[in-house]
Amino acid sequence: MLKYTIRRLLLMIPTLFFVALITFALAKAAPGSPFDKNPDKPPRQEIVDRWIKFYGLDKPVHEQFILYMSNIVHLDFGTSIRRQRAVSDILGQGFPVTAQLGIQALILALAVALPLGVISALKQNTMVDYASLFFATVGTTIPSFVMAIFFIYIFALGLHLFPITGWGTPQHMVMPTVILALGAAAFLARITRASMLEAIRQDYVRTARSKGLREQVVIVGHVLKNAMIPVATVVGPAAAGLITGSFIIETFFSVPGIGREYILSITALDYPVIMATTLLYAFFIVVANLSVDLVYGMLDPRIKVAK
Amino acid sequence: MATASTTQERAAELNFARKQRSLWGDAAYRLFRNKAAVGGLVIIVSAFLIAIFAQFLAPYNPIEIPQNPASQMEPLWTGSKYTDPRYLLGTDFLGRDIVSRLIYASRISMVVGFVPTFIVFGLGVTVGMTAGFFGGWLDQLLMRFTDIIYAFPDFLFLLIIVASFRASPFGKLLDGLLLIFVAIAIVGWVGVARLTRGQVLALKEREFVEAARAVGATPRRIMTKHLFPNALAPLIVTAAFAVPSAILNEATLSFLGVGIIPPTPSWGQMINEGFPLFASNPWAVLLPAICISVVMLSFTFVGDGLRDALDPRMKT
Amino acid sequence: MAELLEVTDLHTQFFTRDGVVRAVDGVSFHVAAGETLGIVGESGCGKSVTALSLMRLIPQPPGKIVRGSIMFDGQDILKMDDDDVRGIRGNNIAMIFQDPMTSLNPVLTISRQISEALELHLKMDKSEARKRTIELLELVNIPSAKKRVDDYPHQFSGGMRQRVMIAMALSCNPKLILADEPTTALDVTIQAQILDLLKNLAREFRTAFILITHDLGVVAGMTQRINVMYAGRIVEKADTVELFANPKMPYTWGLLRSIPRLDESRRAKLVPIEGLPPDLIAPPPGCKFEPRCQYRHDVCREKEPDLVHIPNSKPDHDARCWGTQEGGWLVDTDWKREIGDTHVLEVIKQETASVTATETPGV
Repeated sequence: MLKYTIRRLLLMIPTLFFVALITFALAKAAPGSPFDKNPDKPPRQEIVDRWIKFYGLDKPVHEQFILYMSNIVHLDFGTSIRRQRAVSDILGQGFPVTAQLGIQALILALAVALPLGVISALKQNTMVDYASLFFATVGTTIPSFVMAIFFIYIFALGLHLFPITGWGTPQHMVMPTVILALGAAAFLARITRASMLEAIRQDYVRTARSKGLREQVVIVGHVLKNAMIPVATVVGPAAAGLITGSFIIETFFSVPGIGREYILSITALDYPVIMATTLLYAFFIVVANLSVDLVYGMLDPRIKVAK
Repeated sequence: MATASTTQERAAELNFARKQRSLWGDAAYRLFRNKAAVGGLVIIVSAFLIAIFAQFLAPYNPIEIPQNPASQMEPLWTGSKYTDPRYLLGTDFLGRDIVSRLIYASRISMVVGFVPTFIVFGLGVTVGMTAGFFGGWLDQLLMRFTDIIYAFPDFLFLLIIVASFRASPFGKLLDGLLLIFVAIAIVGWVGVARLTRGQVLALKEREFVEAARAVGATPRRIMTKHLFPNALAPLIVTAAFAVPSAILNEATLSFLGVGIIPPTPSWGQMINEGFPLFASNPWAVLLPAICISVVMLSFTFVGDGLRDALDPRMKT
Repeated sequence: MAELLEVTDLHTQFFTRDGVVRAVDGVSFHVAAGETLGIVGESGCGKSVTALSLMRLIPQPPGKIVRGSIMFDGQDILKMDDDDVRGIRGNNIAMIFQDPMTSLNPVLTISRQISEALELHLKMDKSEARKRTIELLELVNIPSAKKRVDDYPHQFSGGMRQRVMIAMALSCNPKLILADEPTTALDVTIQAQILDLLKNLAREFRTAFILITHDLGVVAGMTQRINVMYAGRIVEKADTVELFANPKMPYTWGLLRSIPRLDESRRAKLVPIEGLPPDLIAPPPGCKFEPRCQYRHDVCREKEPDLVHIPNSKPDHDARCWGTQEGGWLVDTDWKREIGDTHVLEVIKQETASVTATETPGV
C-alpha cells in the first residue's frame, strides 16, 4: 500500500510539470503585458523597465521557465505583479478560506446526497424519488452563479436572512457553502441512486433475502457496501468540481479565498499568481484522484492496490 | 411457396415473442414517450427559431443606446413606478431594451452550444478511433496527454486559454466568439477521444469485428462500418450533454467578464453587467438567469431522455 | 409418507408494460420429507419462478403470486406474514442459485455470508458461527477451510463458490433445499463433482431436494420423481425411472432426444426441438406445445388437454397430451423410432424462420 502510494505520488511530478509548462506557455503567449493594465495612467518607462528586470522578463522565455521551476522546487513562487507581494503570502492568506469553504461544501454535499440517493432508490418511482430526482436534475444543471442569483434574490434581497457578500461570520458562509455544495450534492445523489438501484437487483441480494435476513439488514449489510464503491470513485471528481466551482462562488460573494484572487490575477495577467494557483489546484485534483483509488482499494476486495 | 403466406399468418398468430422494433426505432419511440425530453426538445427548437429570426422578433436594437435613455426600467408586471410601457421587460443600466437583448443573446448560446460540440466530436472521435484501433505511439501519446489534461479542471484550463488570448487580434474575432469555440474545442476533444478509444478497445475484441476481419475487411471499413455505429450510442449521449456544458462555459466566462466582448449581448454577460445594480434592478439579472436555467434544463431533459432511450441496460 | 411440501394451483404472474406474463400458470406438486424431485424444462418455462415463489422471493412489483397455496409443514406460506416467511427462508427452506459468480456478495467474506444465517436462525454467537462455518466448508470439501473462511468470493473458483453456496444452504439444516440450475454455470467436469456432493449430502442429511434444471441428463441419477414444465405448466410427471423408460409427451421426447447419451446406438442422432417457447403474455389457446409439435392434430390447436393419467403406465404417471391419452393417436408410438410427420417438421421450421425474420428487422 505504502509503496503504491509513493509510486503514485512520484508519478504526480511529471503531470504537474506539464501543467506548469502549459500554463507558462499560455501566459507567455498572451499579448500585452501585466504592466499596461491601466490604460489611462500608463506607468513611466523606466519603472516598467525596472519591473521587467525584477521579474526576469528580459531573459529568454526558456530561461524564465527554468528559473521559475527551480524556484518552485525551493517553494518560492515569486512575487505577484498586481499586488507586489510574495505569491506564497497571498496563497497562504487565501487558502484557509478556500479550504474551509470547500470542506464545508463537501461535507454538506455528502450529508445531503447519500441519504437522498439511498432513500430515492429504495422508494423508486414514488413521490420521494421523483422529488429527489428533480432536485438532482436541477442541481446538476443550473450553473452555480445562476443559482447564486436566485438565492440572493430570495434569501438576501427578499427575506433579508443572509448578507450578500463578505466572509467571516457564519451568516456570511451559509449561501456560498450551500450553493457550492448544491451541484456536488445533486451529482452525488444521482450516482448514489443509480448505484443503489444497480446493486439492489444483483443476484447476491436475492441470496441474502433467501437466507431470511430482514430487509434492513439486506440493505445495510449487502446492498450499501456494494453501492458505495462507485460513489467513492466519483467523490474525487466531485471534489474537483468543488474546487472549480469555488472560484466562481468566491468571485460572486467576494469571499477572500484563492479562487477570487485567481480570477483577478487572470484578468490582470499576473502570471506568478496564475501559475502558482493552477499548480495548487492541479495538485489537489491529482491528490483527490489518488485518494479515490486508495479508498476504492479498501472498499472493494477485488482490487488489490498493494501490489 | 403457396404456404408461405399462411405460414407467416400462422407465425403472427402464434406470436412466439413480442414484436420488436429496430434498435434506433425503439430508442426514438422511447425518447418520444418521455414527456420531459419532448418538452425540452420543444423549448430548444423554439430557442433556435428565436435565435434565427432575432432581427424580426426583437422590438429594438439590442446594442444601440437610445437617445433619451430610460435606464433601469423594471418589467411591466412589477407595476412599480419605474416601468415604461415601451419596454415589456424593462431596460438595462444603459437604457437598452431587455427583451431585445435576451432575444439576440440566444444566438450566442445556440451557436456556442453546437459549433464547438461538432469540432470536439469530429476531432475526438477521429483521434480516439485511430488510437484505439491501431494502438502504438498515437495511443500512448493520447493517454499521456489526457492524464495531464485531467489534472486541469476543465473550466480552469478554459479560463487560462481565453484570458491569455483575449487581447490578441484573434481573440477579438466575432466579438470573442471564435476564441471561445477554439478554447472549448481544445479542452473538450480529449475526453471524447478517450471515451471513443475505450469503446473501440472494447468493441475490437467482439466477434463481429473478428468476423469482419476474417473476411478481409479493410481497417477503414471496419472502423466506419462496424466500430463507429456500435460506439455511437454513448457518443450521442455524451454529445447531448456537451452542448449545454458549452453553453454553460460561455455563460460563465461572460459572467466573469472574459467571454463575449460587450456590447454584444450574451446571457452571462448581461448578468455580469447587471450584477453591480442587482439590488436596485434585480430583473435585469434575473431574466437572463432564467433564460440560462430554462435552456440548460431543456438540454438536460433531452440528454437524460436520450441516455435512457439508448442505454439498453435501462430496458425493462 | 407425510408430505413436506404441497403446492396447489400456483399462479405467479408478472405485470409488465406489454401485458401480464403468466410465468407459473396453475402448477401443483408435492414433495415428501427427504424426497428428491426434479423440475425440468427449457429456460423461460417457469421453473425458477416456481422456486422463487416457494420462498416468496418474487420481486414485487412487477411479480405477484395471484392464486394457489403452498403448504409447507402444515402451514400455508402464502398466508404467512413477512416475519414468519423470513423465519422459514434459509432456516427451513434454503436455495442454491444458478450462478455462483454473482450469487455471492463480492465485498463480504465467505465467513460473514455463511455465519449470517447461523447467527440469525440458530442464535449462535460470532465464534460459534465461525466454528460451524468452517465445519460446513469442510463438509462440502473445501480444502484448508480454516484458512479460506476469511477469503472473499473472487478468491474462489466457480466450482468452489458453488460449494460455498451449498454450505450456505445447508447451514441451518433446512428440511427442503431448492437447487436452481446448480451446475449450469460450471465446467462439465466440475458439474459431476457438484452433483455428487449434492446427492451425498441430501442422503446424509435426509433433506428434501427440488432440483431444477433444463438438462434431463442431470436429474437422471439424482431424483426420485420428475416434473416436466412447459410454458408455466406441468406437462408430464412420473417417477424418474418411468419417465425415462416410458415418456408420454412429445415435449419430453424432444428433451430426451436432445441429450447426448452414451448407451444409445451410434446412429441415434441428437435432434433439437424446433422453434421457440411461446410468449407467456399471449400463449397459444390449445396445447402450449402444439406450435412446435411434430405429432400435432387439429384438436391440439383448439383445446388444451388436462394433466391426466396415461394408459399403459405406472399409477403416478400423468401427462398433458391429447395424443397419448386414452384413445389418442400416439398411444402406441415408439418415440425413439418415429420422429413424427416430416412435413409438419418442415412447416414448423418455416414458421419459426418467419417469426425470427419479422422479429429482427435491420439486422
